[in-house]
Amino acid sequence: MQIGYYPGCALHGSSNDYEMSVRATLTALGVQLKELDDWICCGATAAHSINKKLSMALPARNLAIAERDGYSEMLAPCPMCSMELLKTIKELSDSPSLRREIAEVIELPIKGKTQVVNIIQVLQMVGVERIREAVKRPLSEFRPACYYGCLLTRPAKILKFDDPEQPDSMEEIVEALGAKPVQWNYKTECCGAGMTMANEDTVISLSHKILSNAEAHGANCVVVACPMCHVNLDMKQRDIERRQGARHRLMVYYISDLIGLALGLGEHELGIDRHFVSAPLAAVKE
Amino acid sequence: METTANLISEMAHTAVEDCYQCGKCTAGCPMADVMDLMPNQIVRLAQLGEEGRAVACGAIWLCVSCQTCTQRCPKSVDIAAVMDAMRQLSLERGTASESVKRTVAFQRAFLDNIRRNGRLNELELVGQYKTMAFLGDVSVPLLFKDALLAPKMMQRGKLHLIGEKVKDRAVVRRIFDRCMRQE
Repeated sequence: MQIGYYPGCALHGSSNDYEMSVRATLTALGVQLKELDDWICCGATAAHSINKKLSMALPARNLAIAERDGYSEMLAPCPMCSMELLKTIKELSDSPSLRREIAEVIELPIKGKTQVVNIIQVLQMVGVERIREAVKRPLSEFRPACYYGCLLTRPAKILKFDDPEQPDSMEEIVEALGAKPVQWNYKTECCGAGMTMANEDTVISLSHKILSNAEAHGANCVVVACPMCHVNLDMKQRDIERRQGARHRLMVYYISDLIGLALGLGEHELGIDRHFVSAPLAAVKE
Repeated sequence: METTANLISEMAHTAVEDCYQCGKCTAGCPMADVMDLMPNQIVRLAQLGEEGRAVACGAIWLCVSCQTCTQRCPKSVDIAAVMDAMRQLSLERGTASESVKRTVAFQRAFLDNIRRNGRLNELELVGQYKTMAFLGDVSVPLLFKDALLAPKMMQRGKLHLIGEKVKDRAVVRRIFDRCMRQE
């Protein structure tokens, strides 16, 4: 299987561990990623907070490049990028006059027909059964809290993926790996996302609640599919502990990390040794 | 004459007049407990044409754009988009309060970075944001706060001294200029 690939700035920056993990795991599953030529930033929160037109033009430029180069499907592993791309597709498909206007702004014709998918959707395209069959090392000691955060499923009108209140697509995948996901309450609560720099207090308090709830329900690790969730829950975990006077020490994995581990790939290859928290998995109480 | 409700509805591509004040947006908002105006009150102000109060509040900048409100609204009002519209108006009218200057400085530094490089250069952004916040006299300790994290990120190969740039930076600049001009 071959698919277009829009890494986005995070995966080419401080979340390069996510890119390593996505690439290694998808390669092992026989998925070939074709990186979009000269892609640009999607604009993220800054663009949609400050200038509506810019928040459509930046994703549109990338969509137009994907169309020009013949990618009908494109993976955007960062849910922020994914949502900005999908939001733009929706706005463009609703208005022919907007399509003409944006085409002029971005200097490329645009139809807005590319199918943008997240990492979980690519894994579903590979097939949960195929993943189950490929497992070499079952993850029986893993009791993950699958954390979806905001933008993987919300707003459902745009994302059209899983259930926005009770998603379970990651649970289905980790179960196929032999892990036992826990049931918990904070699956879709926000971690503070891109406020990491601008308003750290927010991130600390929201992320603390998420980690605490995961532990309270017996999780010995957290699984995410978003670079911002990972930064807030992993990189900021020491800060959270210091500021909240709590001890978490919870490993935070990307969904692709767990599949990679189950397929027999190494921690170095998957970028897991770049994570901030490195702690043994707490023993599972039966 | 165009009413303000129409202005916000138009900017946010949603119908604020549909809101019947059930308060579900506020009930699910992760930031409501620290907001000076609740999300449902902001929508109400938009309905009443009193957006002047909404654009001066701190709440619109505390919103984390998590989309919970938009997802749960029984009347399909896109409240997260209303927040975006309010932020945009707040910048246009220069009503952002002192307490939110850090957030505004960060968003501006972020966009400036993209305008020049096409892609985000994190190290440059941190420096630029801190300088902007510093010059805006927001907080001096801000300049040093993340200095503790940087070496650990470097050690893990997570910080690049030289960021990526796209090949066609001229087109990125033209896109920015066209969008900013049409404001």
